[in-house]
Amino acid sequence: MNWTWFHRLGSPPHIYRIAGTLTPWFAWPAGLLIVAALYGGLVLAPPDYQQGEGFRILYVHAPSAWLAVMIYGVMASAAAVGLIWRMKVAHAVAASCAGVGAWFTAVSLVTGMLWGKPMWGTYWVWDPRLTAQLILFILYLGYMGLRAGIDDLGRADRASAVLAIVGVVNIPIIRYSVEWWNSIHQAPSVMKMDRPSMPLDMLAPLLMMLLGFTLYFAAILLVRLRAEILRRERTASWIREVLR
Amino acid sequence: MTVRRTTAFSAAGLVLTRDLRLAVRRPSQLIQPLAFFAVVALLFPLGYTPELGKLRAIAPGVLWVGALLASMLALESLFREDASDGTLEQFVVCGQPLVALMAAKTLAHWLLTGLPLTLMAPVLGIALGVPVEAMPGILFSLLLGTVTLSLIGAVGAGLTLGVRRGGVLLSLLTLPLAVPVLVFGARATELAISGESLMGPLYLLGALAVLGITLAPLAAAAAVRIGLE
Repeated sequence: MNWTWFHRLGSPPHIYRIAGTLTPWFAWPAGLLIVAALYGGLVLAPPDYQQGEGFRILYVHAPSAWLAVMIYGVMASAAAVGLIWRMKVAHAVAASCAGVGAWFTAVSLVTGMLWGKPMWGTYWVWDPRLTAQLILFILYLGYMGLRAGIDDLGRADRASAVLAIVGVVNIPIIRYSVEWWNSIHQAPSVMKMDRPSMPLDMLAPLLMMLLGFTLYFAAILLVRLRAEILRRERTASWIREVLR
Repeated sequence: MTVRRTTAFSAAGLVLTRDLRLAVRRPSQLIQPLAFFAVVALLFPLGYTPELGKLRAIAPGVLWVGALLASMLALESLFREDASDGTLEQFVVCGQPLVALMAAKTLAHWLLTGLPLTLMAPVLGIALGVPVEAMPGILFSLLLGTVTLSLIGAVGAGLTLGVRRGGVLLSLLTLPLAVPVLVFGARATELAISGESLMGPLYLLGALAVLGITLAPLAAAAAVRIGLE
């Protein structure tokens, strides 16, 4: 099998060029999908028979919560690739993921709290999903803290990669333990997101939003990756040609 | 002439005895986490209420959070001195599997903090209104839980090797990873206090300990290698 394509992925100028070309291919569909899904979710979808109009925050909350978890997976996979094949670009991908992931986690926490106020009557309930999300946020903070705490770039890359992998092993255990902890202390919450019978005009905008957010993440990741590569390779000669 | 070959096992044994001997010769480091644990636990009656009935309700949380923080406090010194005087570098280059040496260091940390903390917990439990019948349950759950805490902590301590003022960062890294231990441990203690069977959470604590023993020394060895580069 020919592995040249894989090895070329390790070359910063190559990735820098590819990322630049690909960005609009992700950004435009993402923008269109998000606008369409917003219209579908905020205008076309009928109000929920229990929660009225309040449920519409779901269209921001659920995609960000999904991305918060997914980005950690992407980050850990990139970190593992960087650690195993000593690929600097993979470490740059992991580094660019962390900030976005932390932001999406924060967005899902804040929208969850805003949603909680009309539904539970309080901004914060120790709901298992919210709690697990909060712990995920702290994991992101720890990852970024470790990265910032080590001056040497190569060492920061590898140490944070080990941390990301340890975290990815732990996330399912943490989620499970928090769910178990919650089921003892609190009756199941009134809100059940996993109703199987979501009508199509409610579900379709949600799925579009999920896809739109994911594409948006891909686009923003590419932009951040380019910035990260520029920062890392600022002394390399190819940069001068690119930025001429 | 026959050369006695050092196996990974005997090397780990040497590291273990060395760490234990060092600790016995400097007992203040041994006592500090214990004193910290006692102070934290005794602050609750003062800050909350002296009523034993109410204290009993929060005792599982107090004991476990106290043990978690005390174990964390002792982590900072796990690798710091060995890193500054070059011992860790010798561990890496000595030709013995670093994983075994890390496992030995973690075991030493547990023997010097986890085990004493476990043994002290019943005494503090009495001060928090825990009935004597609950003590075996508390001992067993802490015995299993502190093993995992030491293992997670060793990974965190290895990762923060090269970080200036790494203490706060060390807690930020390890505390979220310790959440499952805290959840299951506090639940086991709660069940023990109310006199019910605590086998469920004990099995889970045991499973976490087994998983930690399998994977944590590998991660700690990788972290120390990176930290010394």
